[in-house]
Formats: sequence, C-alpha cells, structure tokens
Amino acid sequence: MLKKLVMAGAMSLMASGAWAACAYENTTPIKSLSAGFQAWKAVTDAMAECGNFAASLDQDFREKQPEAFAAKPSLYHIGGVANSTMIPLLNAGTIRPLDDLVAKYGQNLTPNQLIKVDGVTYAIAMMVNAQHLMYREDILSDLGIAVPTTYAEMLDAAAKIKEAGVVDYPIGGTFKTGWNLAEEFVNNFLGEGGDFFTQGNMPNINNEKGMAALEVMKALTEYMDPEYLVSDSTYVQQQFQQGKIAMANLWASRAGAMNDEAESQVVGKVIMAAAPMGSAAPASSLWWDGIVIASNISDEEAEAAFQVAMEGIDEEMVKANNDLAVWLIPGYEPGALAAGAAATAAAGARPYPASGPMGIMHTALGNGISAYLTGAKDAATTLADIEAAYVSAAKEAGLVK
Amino acid sequence: MNFKTFAAFVGPSVFMMLLFIAFPLATVFKNSFYVTQPVYETVVAETCTPGFLTQTCVTEEKSIPRLDEDGEIVTTTSYVGLQSYGNVLELGRAWEALSQGSWAAFQSIDFWKALRFTLMFTLVTLPLVLGGGLAIALMINNASRLVKGPVIFISLLPFIITPVIGALSINWLFRGDGILTAFLEWYLARDVAMFAQAWTIEVLLMVYRVWSVAPFAAIVFYAGLQTVNSDALESAVIDGASRWQRLKYVVIPHLMPLIVFISMIHLMDAYRAFEEVVGFSSQGYVITLQWLTYDFLVPDEAGNRSISRASASAMLTMIGIALLLIPLLRRTWRDHKGGH
Repeated sequence: MLKKLVMAGAMSLMASGAWAACAYENTTPIKSLSAGFQAWKAVTDAMAECGNFAASLDQDFREKQPEAFAAKPSLYHIGGVANSTMIPLLNAGTIRPLDDLVAKYGQNLTPNQLIKVDGVTYAIAMMVNAQHLMYREDILSDLGIAVPTTYAEMLDAAAKIKEAGVVDYPIGGTFKTGWNLAEEFVNNFLGEGGDFFTQGNMPNINNEKGMAALEVMKALTEYMDPEYLVSDSTYVQQQFQQGKIAMANLWASRAGAMNDEAESQVVGKVIMAAAPMGSAAPASSLWWDGIVIASNISDEEAEAAFQVAMEGIDEEMVKANNDLAVWLIPGYEPGALAAGAAATAAAGARPYPASGPMGIMHTALGNGISAYLTGAKDAATTLADIEAAYVSAAKEAGLVK
Repeated sequence: MNFKTFAAFVGPSVFMMLLFIAFPLATVFKNSFYVTQPVYETVVAETCTPGFLTQTCVTEEKSIPRLDEDGEIVTTTSYVGLQSYGNVLELGRAWEALSQGSWAAFQSIDFWKALRFTLMFTLVTLPLVLGGGLAIALMINNASRLVKGPVIFISLLPFIITPVIGALSINWLFRGDGILTAFLEWYLARDVAMFAQAWTIEVLLMVYRVWSVAPFAAIVFYAGLQTVNSDALESAVIDGASRWQRLKYVVIPHLMPLIVFISMIHLMDAYRAFEEVVGFSSQGYVITLQWLTYDFLVPDEAGNRSISRASASAMLTMIGIALLLIPLLRRTWRDHKGGH
C-alpha cells in the first residue's frame, strides 16, 4: 500500500514536470511575496519548477511588504510589485539595484522591462495593465452603433442601448468606493491632461479638469446598475459574463475572463478597444507589475533569487500562459484580448503617477468622490473637501509643510 | 487569605492587564499628542514606465525620505498638542456648517457623519436586542422538553457565526439580484436596489446586528428565567395576573440586573461597530467611528498611514463609550450601595 502511494506521488511529480522545466536546480531557499492574481500564479509556478522556492500569493501583500522587506534579514527575497507598491520599498531602501544582476543573468530581458529610477534599475517589469473599453460587439452592430471613442459617444451609445432594452444596464463601471472609484477619477483626470500636484506637493485637482472628470463619472452612473458604489472589477467582469452590461472601461487583465467558457455566457462577443479619449489623452493610466529583489539579504541569495525570478518570467512561461496578461516578455503574442491595452497605450495614455503624495491623494479621492455621485455635495465642494483631506493627511505624513 | 497568597493569585492577571491593556492604551494616548514624520528631501529624478515597445519617462521633483547610514528612514517626532484631535473633529468646519443651518454640510464631515450613524445604530438596536432576546428566551423556556435542544441550537446559530462571515452572507442575499432582493422585487412588483441609497443600507446593518446579537441576550435571559421564584409566579396566578402582568411585574423586575448587564455590553459593542461596514462595503454611504479609526490606520499604496489621527480617533471612541455608559453605571452603583 505504502509502496503504491510513494509510486503515485512520484508519478504525479513527474507528470507535473517538477524541475524538468527549469534550466538548473536551485539550492538556495528562496521566498517570494506578491499579489495573488492569475499572472502571478503562473509566474510563481514557473519559479517553483527550479526547486527550493516558496511563494506567498496574498491580496494584502502591499500591507505586508514594507515591513517584511525592512526586517534584517528580509523575510522574502523576491517581491512582486506594481508602480505604486514599489514606492514604499524604494523610499525605505529595502530593494536593491539590479544592474549587475541584469548584466550577468538578464540576457533575455528587453530594455522596455527595466524599471529605472535615475538610471538605476530597481525592478524588472513582466506585464502591463490598463483600463480600456470592452464592448459587446453583437449588441453594438445589431443597433448600428459605431465603436465609441470618447465618453460623449459612449453616453450616446448607452442611451440607444437603454432604449432598445437589450441588457439590464448599458454601462458597467468599477466604481466601488475606495481604491476603484479613485482610480476612475485618476483615469479621467489624466485624460483631461491634469497634473495632481503643484510645487511642494500641494494638491491641484480643484479646477475645471477635476470638474470635467467628475461630470463624466456622474453622467456614466446614469446608465449603470444603481449599486455602482459597491461594484469592483470582479463584479463588473461578472456583469459582462452574465450578459447584463454592454460596455465598460475594465482592466486588461480581466479580458481573458470574457472568453472563459466555464464562467462566461458571452464567449467571443466581447471586443477590446482603446479607452475613451479625454480632451488630452485616453481616460486611462498605464500600470506595470514586476519583480524586485530585497536589499537585506546576502549577495549570494540575491543572485540565486534573481536567477529563479528570470526562470519565472521566461519565454516558456509566457508561451504556456499567453492570454493571462499583457506580457512584456519576449515570446508573447499579443492577440485580440490585448488589442485594447495596446491601442490605449498607442493613443498616448499616461502612466499612473505613483509617488508618496499620490498614495495619500488616491485615498482621499476614494473616500471623497461618492458624496458627489450620491448628490450630497456639488463638484466644487467635493473637490475642495478632497484637497483639504489630502492636505491634512499629507501634513501629518510630513509631505506638505 | 493573606496578602501574599492574594498577590500570587492576582499577580499574573494584573501583569497581563498591564501588558495587554494598560500599556497599549497609554501608547495610543501618547501617540495622539505626537506626530512622527520621515524627513523628506526634494530631488529631481527620472522614472520610466514600460509601454508596448518603448518606455515613457518623466523627470520631476520628488519627495524622498532621507536614510541614515544603517539604511533606516530618519524620522522626527514632535509634540502637536490637540492638533490631531482637531484634525479628526474638524470643529471649525462643523461649526460653520451648523451656524449656516446646513445639516448636509455638517454630515459631510467624516467624524460627525460617523458619530451620527454610530449613535443611531447603538440606540436603535439596543431595545430591539433586549426585546428580541427576551422573546427568544421566553420561547425557549416555554418549548417542550422534546424540542428544547434543537430550539436552543437554532436560536444560538447567528451568534456562533463569525461576524464578518455573517455580514457577508447577508450582504450576498441582497446584493444585485440576490435571492432576497429578487423576492422583494417579485413581491413589490418593482425594481429594488438595496445598496443604492443610504437608508436601506442603514436598515440592513441594524437588522444584521440585532440578528447576530439577540441570541446572546436570549441565552443570558434564559439562564435568568431559571431562577425566577416559582412561588411568586404561582401566587401571581392565584391573584389572577394575566401572562402579560406576570411578565411585567414579576419576571422583568427579577431580570433587571441582567437587562442592565446586556445593555452595557451592547452599548460597548455597538458603539464599536466595524464588521458591518466591512461586510456590507457600506463606506460609500455609511461609516462608523471604528471604521474611521481603521481607515486612518490602514496604509495607502505608497505606505503612508495617519497614526496620530487614528490614535486620536480611538481615544474619542473610548470617551464616547464612557459617556454612554455613565447612566447605567450610576444605576448599578446605586443598586450596589442600596444592597448593603
């Protein structure tokens, strides 16, 4: 009996191809902490093939990472970050410059992947993400509506779809109070060509660009599920999959789910397009996800960690998981699902302006905007209150004198 | 018992109380008067974001914290007096709103918005929990021996379920086209969106709290009902007292100490309401004081958190609970003195 079990275990190990797919066998124990979405699962699984590797995939990684990386020695060797979550690590000096490691082991990386701050590489990007327009091709062509390229066109289209009554709600939106709602404002404000700060980290949103962003958001809510303030990316994705909405500005990383036959009733009907244009740029912001290596570990460990990381983001992994994300890794074949993100970037979408003050601004926006959407405050008061909330938090953080 | 034995018995728990209650409390109290900040330097730096083929780079001024030779962020701590309390209370704005007679403007200030709902939540659920608990206790008490076990189990169930799990499951019954929303829509023959306005969410939060806490009150009252003097009840029956009169003149006075006890526990718990806001994601419409403290404390993506304001907000919550408990404590104290 025991023999059989051991045999079965060995067979399943062989079947899963452990160690087989990695170019070498890793002997240094390596740990990583990253977000938990599908792309990270694929990457860390590929890293695990090298052996002696343990991954923590955690939605609350951003709260753990700064403390864990500040420990001596650091609790993790590899960190998964995005533009915003790299800031606290960079500020605290807990991630190391990677230039020498890139020179030694990074032959397969493209210059596009190297995240440099003042010429020094601190992170290796593996994928980009952005919110862009997804729409039900069948509905739009049935009703003879052209693909919307601006929010004004999107609202016109929504009016027609509502009149036709083919879906519950013409538009879906990631308007959940907090991070999601703030991100929608950021997208629109960047699309209007706004800059969040002036000299000395002072806020700069209470102006016509901020008003325009708020007005667009309110106009969109007219065509949304009235419970929009609790609707996050997963909720909007499900609304699409269940055929309840016709258009949404949704994350590129959610595109694959539209064609997931186990969940979706609209397989092949959802088309990806560029984010609607604001008056200056697409109403979207570019994000990246990538890998950093801790400072507070020995150089040998860092070297081993970097090698493992390179195995995780190699061509083989991308070939096996092509549609999970918009990869930056060589070997990626951008298909129809990546078209929206590509078109958004090509139209000149701006990067998310991640920084210390922006973290505070994002929180203040997330808490403050709902009062305008529910009608409790007018636009000017809302923006003034958000600026006031930002200033008192930034003063406490020491970012504003 | 001599003092040495007494000290040996009490010592460990006094130590634990000091370590886990008094010391953190003192730290929070101190934190609310001080602000700790990193020392920032302004530098011009270029940062790049990957695009599809090339990177987008921006050069801009950035605030970077200074690091010492050990690689730790240099921080300064300064005494700010009541400034953090002021930042939480925003008395200036509150006064301005009130003097203009604008309730809406007053309720747009986080602290006062949270206080308004927290007080309403606490005071509305209190009688419902007491009444509901007593009703369940009487039901259990009058149930036949055969079904008593299952009845106790079922009525205790909401209390056993972890609060956040309970809140989430009720949330999903009503979210979007959840089962109960669909039922309401069918029954009322109109479109219902429970999470689209504040008052329906407030009702849900309060119903949830009563549902989850009433069983605790019930089990305490049930224990109390076992000690009601049966002679007194029998003589009341002989005197011709109705069921209601027996409840009002015999049972409830007997249970009064327990009612005060449940009220105190409930006031303390309900004023600290937090799970409801998280479980129902109600923060777009409704927040509580404890959620406000949590929101100050939770770091944003760039790692900033407002520890001083969180401390001030926590202290204010404690002061609020103390004020609420004063009437009940005075009553208990009077009874206690009267008993001797």
